Amino acid sequence: MANKKMAIIATKGTLDMAYPPFILASTAAALGYDVQVFFTFYGLQLLRKDLSNVMISPLANPAMPMPIPMPVMVQMLPGMESMATMMMKQKLKKHGVASLTELRDLCLEADVKFIACQMTVDLFEFDKSEFIDNVEYGGAATFMGFAGDTDICLFV
Amino acid sequence: MNFDKELNARGLSCPLPIVKTKKALADMTSNQVLKVISTDTGSVKDMAAFAEQTGNPLLSTVEENGEFIFYMKKK
Repeated sequence: MANKKMAIIATKGTLDMAYPPFILASTAAALGYDVQVFFTFYGLQLLRKDLSNVMISPLANPAMPMPIPMPVMVQMLPGMESMATMMMKQKLKKHGVASLTELRDLCLEADVKFIACQMTVDLFEFDKSEFIDNVEYGGAATFMGFAGDTDICLFV
Repeated sequence: MNFDKELNARGLSCPLPIVKTKKALADMTSNQVLKVISTDTGSVKDMAAFAEQTGNPLLSTVEENGEFIFYMKKK
């Protein structure tokens, strides 16, 4: 029997929204799925060799649990984003959640295929040398070629 | 229960216990038994789902002192 297939479109480049594509992709691969992830717009940030600049912001994110209530006026102060990111990373580590780099490596090890949207790479004038090596470049039609035949297809 | 290999997944959260189980099974031969120790409560349902979807039988699931112990046979 042919393997099941899953396709994910990853469009977000923040720390919180970076987790779902990598968690789902690595899990599906472990379950025997063929997996492709199409990174477009801000999702391209997740293909950078160095993921340390992937951040989370409490601003415009009222669902983010904070240790103390924090007015928007305070959230916009310089350094708040770095602080929120540091706190989130500490929390993830404390709970034994893998780092983004670790999850991404697990995906690659399990033959998850990463496709970067060529149009947005050009649009944002990204330098491909900043991205990891195991990336293919293509457009929407490339993605449809795989996505059209999948059992699960997600937009994140 | 006898087992051929042990995987210590203590302290790891989703999806690591599953992904590491898959990797551990890859190095084993058919009918060998893998023991997995996890502290992730979510892994109880996830290991059963993994077993069902991959066809590797889950022989037993036990909770002992806040730890979950799984025995999985490689298909």
